[in-house]
Amino acid sequence: MAVSDTVAATPSAATPTPAPPSRRRPGGRDAAYWLYLLPGAVLFILVIGVPLVGTGYLSLTRWSGVGDPTFVGWDNYQRLLHDEVFWASFRNTVAMIVAMVVVPTLLGLLLASVLFDVIGRRFRPRTAAALRAAFYLPQVLPVVVAGIVWGWILRPDGAFNSLLDAVGLGALRHDWLGDPDTALPAVMAVMIWVQIGYPVVVFMAALQRVDPELYEAAEVDGANWLRRFRAITLPQIRPETFVVALTCTIAALKVFGPIYALTRGGPENATNVPSYFAYYTFFKKLQVGYGSAISTVLTLIIVVVAVVFIGVQARSERRDRGI
Amino acid sequence: MAVIITAPPVRRPVRDRHHRGVSRWVVLAGVTVGALVMLVPFAFMLLNAFKSPGDYSSGGPLSWPTEFYTRGLLTYWNEVNFPLKLWNSALIAGSVAVLGVVVSLLNAYALGIGRVRGRLWIVGLFLLANMLPQEALIYPLYYAAKEIGLYNTRLSVIIIFTVIQSAFGTYLLASVLGTFPRALLEAAALDGAGKWTVLWRVVFPNLRPTLAVLLIFFFIWTWNEFLIPLVMLIDNQTQTIPVALASLQGDRLMDAPTTNAGALISLVPAILFFLIFQRTLARGITAGAEK
Repeated sequence: MAVSDTVAATPSAATPTPAPPSRRRPGGRDAAYWLYLLPGAVLFILVIGVPLVGTGYLSLTRWSGVGDPTFVGWDNYQRLLHDEVFWASFRNTVAMIVAMVVVPTLLGLLLASVLFDVIGRRFRPRTAAALRAAFYLPQVLPVVVAGIVWGWILRPDGAFNSLLDAVGLGALRHDWLGDPDTALPAVMAVMIWVQIGYPVVVFMAALQRVDPELYEAAEVDGANWLRRFRAITLPQIRPETFVVALTCTIAALKVFGPIYALTRGGPENATNVPSYFAYYTFFKKLQVGYGSAISTVLTLIIVVVAVVFIGVQARSERRDRGI
Repeated sequence: MAVIITAPPVRRPVRDRHHRGVSRWVVLAGVTVGALVMLVPFAFMLLNAFKSPGDYSSGGPLSWPTEFYTRGLLTYWNEVNFPLKLWNSALIAGSVAVLGVVVSLLNAYALGIGRVRGRLWIVGLFLLANMLPQEALIYPLYYAAKEIGLYNTRLSVIIIFTVIQSAFGTYLLASVLGTFPRALLEAAALDGAGKWTVLWRVVFPNLRPTLAVLLIFFFIWTWNEFLIPLVMLIDNQTQTIPVALASLQGDRLMDAPTTNAGALISLVPAILFFLIFQRTLARGITAGAEK
């Protein structure tokens, strides 16, 4: 690389003139660094930038994917507003947020804290590691495979109903995924099972950063587990809590694989979600314009959610520093 | 379990309820029950993967198999040409992991160490890109792939996921490198090292644990991806394991043993991978949340 290497301007205590801000130091602003950004930027524009703009444009057209798109302005968006399936899919997204963000984050905080602060310190660390692995295992599976197995477990003649029979609750036998009233709760339960390991692992890793002396000192002062949880664990891993809540919320808004494998959005759209709805509109109904409109709305919602999250986090960080 | 262990460490004036006595065993029992519940679906899978259809219809999903039946597994193995699917998945996930880490590192070097102008906006853009729903990209990508002859090739999926994963990697590494000890860079520069040398001799060795975790995450994430492979890969020669399994769903060939054996064999690589890298994962990734 023929980059003119910067000679470090060592402050040789010469004339103490006010240094101009553009000191050429390693790690200073330097045009040569742009070269490092070039491959990534080109790929990024081709694979993300252009398609994203393309989808935005297509959402203003009517197109079956063959021939030329017909420009129709805001028609697709007007149709969305009156589309019952679209609204149903967004209602189901709220359920997905409960199942993939709220419950796993709260349970994850509790589990990570118990595994770290009680089990990790009162029993052998390997015990905590083994338990953590059990919770994390569903996270490493292809989520579609998990969906297919759960689909089989929840079938009318599946393992879950047999289990109910075995413990004398046979009266509760049900077609869990086939009934519009129970399909969504069943999918939510599966999603909790899938998601729970992620916060547990992230929070436990975060707790390893925390100085053990904090816990020791708190214990000597007579703080019980709950006090330690509130006074040490929660504040120490708040940054990670933010990250987990944000990434899980985005994942919940985008959820596709499990829905595809479990229910294909059915029965009667009871478990339909925006991403499956968009996929179906693109590739099964061949309404590219309408599918693009659904995708664009979903994208805007995700961007808003992300910006709000990051704004809240930045403000709370500033507040912390202000103290 | 009323086992009482009285081995208090020295100098513990305060009696914490979790120190001795029963309560910590209760906590352990509670968490263990939770962990076992998590594993129940895997038990169901194992129990039914090697059970003959006759056994299944007479005894149901919970019965103990009367014979060790492997035809379900063999049916699946041959029907989907499993070794080829395994190779496709490994090739795609492995390529994406390596390429994604390299691209992330180069980007983050410019943003975190180089501090190029407008880096905050650029990092924010990468972060947002990682969050985009894939539906917002898929149709143009699908159309473009068809136009340039990359449709139904593994390369198309590799390129797409390299970019998507590196968007996250860039964000993460840029925030890690933002706090990189300047003294190290200064020292290297004093020794006359250029940027390229600093990247590979100073920055890279320091980041190795983080890069290892990132590599694993990229691999697992890509391995488990579904929507883009489902759209892009349409025949038996190119499909990945999850797509192959999903495309057989509802097929009359997929009776209970075949479904479970197929799922089981599809999980094995992921689980093996997980066990091998447990240690690396355990080192944890604090997802760029540190200041």
